[in-house]
Amino acid sequence: MQKRLANWGNYPAIASEESAFTQEDQLRNFVGSHHRIIARGNGRCYGDASLSAQSISMLKYDKVLAFDTTNGILEVQAGVTLDQLLDIIVPQGWFLPVTPGTKYITIGGAVASDVHGKNHHVDGAFSRHIIEMDVITGEDNTLCCSQTEHADLFWATCGGMGLTGIITRVKFRLKKIATAYIRQTQLKARNLEEVIRLFDEYKHYTYSMAWIDCLQQGDTFGRSILIVGEHATPEELSPRQQQAPLTLPAKRKLVVPFNLPSFVLNTFTVKAFNWLYYHKNYKREMHKVIPYEPFFYPLDAILHWNRGYGKAGFVQYQFVLPLEKKDGLVAILQKISEKGWGSFLAVLKVFGNQDDLISFPMEGYTLALDFPVRKGLLPFLDELDEIVLQYGGRLYLSKDARMKQEVFWKSYPNAQRFADIVQQYNADSKFASIQSERLLLTK
Amino acid sequence: MPTLLLLGAGSDMAIAIARKFAAEKYNIQLAARNAAAISPLQQDLQVRYGITATTHAFDALASDSHAAFFDALSVKPDLTICVFGYLGDQEQAQNSWQEAHTIIHTNYTGAVSILNVVANHYAAQQKGSIVGISSVAGERGRQSNYIYGSAKAGFTAYLSGLRNRLFRSGVHVMSVQPGFVNTRMTQHLTLPPLLTAQPEAVATAVYKGVQRKKNVLYVKWHWKYIMLIIKLIPEGIFKKLKL
Ligand SMILES: Cc1cc2nc3c(=O)[nH]c(=O)nc-3n(C[C@H](O)[C@H](O)[C@H](O)COP(=O)(O)OP(=O)(O)OC[C@H]3O[C@@H](n4cnc5c(N)ncnc54)[C@H](O)[C@@H]3O)c2cc1C
Repeated sequence: MQKRLANWGNYPAIASEESAFTQEDQLRNFVGSHHRIIARGNGRCYGDASLSAQSISMLKYDKVLAFDTTNGILEVQAGVTLDQLLDIIVPQGWFLPVTPGTKYITIGGAVASDVHGKNHHVDGAFSRHIIEMDVITGEDNTLCCSQTEHADLFWATCGGMGLTGIITRVKFRLKKIATAYIRQTQLKARNLEEVIRLFDEYKHYTYSMAWIDCLQQGDTFGRSILIVGEHATPEELSPRQQQAPLTLPAKRKLVVPFNLPSFVLNTFTVKAFNWLYYHKNYKREMHKVIPYEPFFYPLDAILHWNRGYGKAGFVQYQFVLPLEKKDGLVAILQKISEKGWGSFLAVLKVFGNQDDLISFPMEGYTLALDFPVRKGLLPFLDELDEIVLQYGGRLYLSKDARMKQEVFWKSYPNAQRFADIVQQYNADSKFASIQSERLLLTK
Repeated sequence: MPTLLLLGAGSDMAIAIARKFAAEKYNIQLAARNAAAISPLQQDLQVRYGITATTHAFDALASDSHAAFFDALSVKPDLTICVFGYLGDQEQAQNSWQEAHTIIHTNYTGAVSILNVVANHYAAQQKGSIVGISSVAGERGRQSNYIYGSAKAGFTAYLSGLRNRLFRSGVHVMSVQPGFVNTRMTQHLTLPPLLTAQPEAVATAVYKGVQRKKNVLYVKWHWKYIMLIIKLIPEGIFKKLKL
């Protein structure tokens, strides 16, 4: 059945025939007899990476196959979502080794984007914790790969945006926790200089990220709030929390039921939001112990917040710049501030070492910004791309919906090697997305 | 812990039913033609819900094997849900007996054959529950799927007779009449959202129906009235409609 498909940014939207499978033989048959297909998880990438005229929804491929509760090893089908896994593992004292800012993604999506969390500088990206996985490649056989077995396939699949094939099974290591709570510290930074200094000062914390108010000028340019955290120990909990340290109190979710008209999000509302957010932190430094959910997934509390951007949708712009290139960060923030196109969400993070072949993180600063789709946006983002290239940075494929092919080829040093491996396992472009066609990764 | 025997465990609806009952602390016996294909579900149920799940080879079309299949279950189920069904292709079924045969025997004969065995066991022990997933397609024959519909009609009549017979033995029999359900069986069709249930909603309705010992269950309440209207259309008019 043809339906309108779009990912989290609601841009672009295309007509797609979506199929879903619960059993391996059915899935294999389908892959064997179709072309130009792409695996789709929960559509939480922002742009066009999981869009194609033929898509395979993996959401029904969601069985949890084994959980070794002694060693913290989980083996799952790729379509299971993180929120389902958290419900199983947290009460038993385990946590995801790496988690992005939303728990509504699938494990397949986590691998294909090689997602990073607030702990990248300590624990790396998701791929670092994988023991082995199965991929149905273009030759329609299922290959089990790991860092030692079919290593080229393994590394091209981590961060490979589904272009090596369909990931069906993933076995990975979890992280031991003693409580379901986080000991959090929030620090107010007056400007960009200060937040960068604070990041350095607090880098021994496992989790860190900062919210930036990107509409400020002058002295307060880049004012922000740095949030750092550690998994709390039982002693750090309140007496009430200590009664059941691994279970969270139940909470209801707010839902944005439909697309808001676009005038709701203009410079003024963004300014007001950022002002409130900044001043909510009335003290320079605040400490508290909070459940893991609002710490890792603050936005998930409002389901479908993406609808706030209206029908036209939005683009998320996430780039990374090498550590020593912070003037690049200043240059980009200046440009946005001059344009007056601030975003509700501007998230700054520091990454640790580069993980592998094609994943996004490299040692440096990464900033993520939302821009509602409007006239002039695409040329403006092309201008930002120039600055990113000039400072030796790159863009996150999982957020991308519009980057020009030369930007990709110039900024990803292993692009050619990646393309060669994709060619080897997916010679006839059995797997292709509109992103891969745009970036010339499939023909 | 009670045990549920799920006949036809490979479908989306069966998966949802298995998860719902496992979450309510039932042990689950999963029966399907290809037992190996449902072992991921078996593992999933055990890891997620901490219950015992087992897999069993079962072919609805192999009626001769049904008594032996039930005999071989080392634990006898407290509840049996018959989910298997085969929509088939109406046009093909009109032209080739092979397809018509498969539709009729999967949806009707096969179901009767296994449920007779289960029913006799429950009648003898004076307790147990049987749930049959039939279809609103069985309430009036329509040109677009009357082979399937007629087999389901037979199944619905069978269940109501069985309910009548077993009432005095204290055995509960429930017929479920789902309308459109969003499953693999229907993924190529365009379904009206208001009338289409998710498999999880069917599962929850079935669970509640079992708790409350309901007789007939329509999964989305609209269906009861839609089918009432459809049944009330005089034949003279009905035959001219393109349904
Ligand atoms: C609010 C929000 C916050 C986010 N925060 C972060 C963050 O902090 N860090 C971060 O790294 N990302 C973040 N993301 C992005 C998100 O983690 C990734 O885009 C993730 O890949 C989405 O997974 P998905 O299951 O929804 O897959 P989709 O979005 O459907 O697909 C993403 C890619 O994975 C591929 N894919 C999916 N399943 C399979 C499979 N089984 N086999 C092969 N390929 C497959 C698709 O082809 C596509 O290329 C965030 C997204 C949102 C909406």
